[in-house]
Amino acid sequence: MDPAGNAFTDLRWVDLLFLGEAAIRTIQISAVSIFVGTVIGVILGWMLASGNIFVRLLVNSLLDVFRSVPLIIQLILFDSFVSIAGFPMPAFWSGTIVLSVYTAALVAMVARAGIEAVDPNLRRAARSLGMGYWQDMRYIVWPVGIRAVFPSWIGVSLSVLKDSALVSAIGYLELLRASQILNTKTQESFKIMLLVGLFYFLMSYPISKAGDYIEKKWQQ
Amino acid sequence: MIELKNIHKSFGDLKVLKGIDLKVKNKEVLSVIGASGSGKSTMLYCINGLEPIQGGSISVDGVVVNDKATDLNKLRQKIGMVFQQWNSFPHLTALENVALAPRVVKGLSKNEAKEIAAKQLAHVGIGDKLDVYPSALSGGQQQRLAIARALAMEPKYMLFDEATSALDPELVGEVLDTMRMLASEGMTMIVVTHEMGFARDVSDRVAFFHEGRVEEIGPAKTVLSSPKSEHLQKFLAKVH
Repeated sequence: MDPAGNAFTDLRWVDLLFLGEAAIRTIQISAVSIFVGTVIGVILGWMLASGNIFVRLLVNSLLDVFRSVPLIIQLILFDSFVSIAGFPMPAFWSGTIVLSVYTAALVAMVARAGIEAVDPNLRRAARSLGMGYWQDMRYIVWPVGIRAVFPSWIGVSLSVLKDSALVSAIGYLELLRASQILNTKTQESFKIMLLVGLFYFLMSYPISKAGDYIEKKWQQ
Repeated sequence: MIELKNIHKSFGDLKVLKGIDLKVKNKEVLSVIGASGSGKSTMLYCINGLEPIQGGSISVDGVVVNDKATDLNKLRQKIGMVFQQWNSFPHLTALENVALAPRVVKGLSKNEAKEIAAKQLAHVGIGDKLDVYPSALSGGQQQRLAIARALAMEPKYMLFDEATSALDPELVGEVLDTMRMLASEGMTMIVVTHEMGFARDVSDRVAFFHEGRVEEIGPAKTVLSSPKSEHLQKFLAKVH
């Protein structure tokens, strides 16, 4: 406490380090969620595109739930539920689970669109050459479909990275949560929010640039 | 030999094939003509099992296509098919387009597959386009690419589904020339076509489809010069 009786501390370099560590945790929880969510989402998208009417109805209604309930409510509900049920888990894990399911719901729509973007005639041509269902999937549908919806998938990834801020609501010390702590400590909210915004930008920009690069390479 | 016995095929309530009987001997070229919707293309799709049939039986070299126990992926290796839309794989170069199936279906090594692909692309006259993506090829070149892609599996039979219908008029010739070349090499071919010149000059026999039935079939010149059926006379008057 300084002689003037100010209860707050100044913003220091070490606080920047604190934010940096939190940013790494944002990257961690986002990366795991995007990866797991994409794997599950692709499988769900395939079920939506190729399954029979019952499979589609089941998957669709399931996805509707996750798409319609705000993410922050899903996070709090799940976190409370596991505690009440007697399986409390660290905020990282409950956050990752909810964020992964949320990502999967978004990726499922993207993956379905990707599969449907592949001209059925192209697939017939592949089958006429003697390729089986999975060979057609692996060598034709996957590469052609992924080119069609890659920008949408990048969009999903960027929004998950930003939405991961909501995991702060269940106490995970990621970038937003860290900034709130610093705010309380220093009352320098403008400077801190500017910094946090810069951090999010620095994380998102390379992803969208890498996306552009890959897209261009495919267009050759 | 390809043998169709009393084939029936419907899409829902729509009956497309109403009892087709056909035999195509080895090294024979059969042209199939008829109005749109007469079932010509559908018959081709039934022959390699891309479309299931509801009645009758199709056999290729004695293997029954519509038997559940038949390994269609294996059977299709000896039945090449060329479509109206050339269906080049857009993400692969010309060479990769042709090399893909020999590699993943036949299990050849990358180099063996590429060797075959280069040979077939040269065969159809686009040996200078190996590393070009389909988007940079003309329609005629893409259709010849599709022919090379089918030939790379070393099929015994080739099915052509209106292979020149989607092409600009000035590109039709190069594709027909390639098909002529195949016929002269002794390939067994079933050619669904609107090119009466090709049907007359290249095929051994012509079959005229009308409303899901073979209305007239016989030697190409006879069928096209002195048609017996009234429908065929009308059809020929329209296309000439």
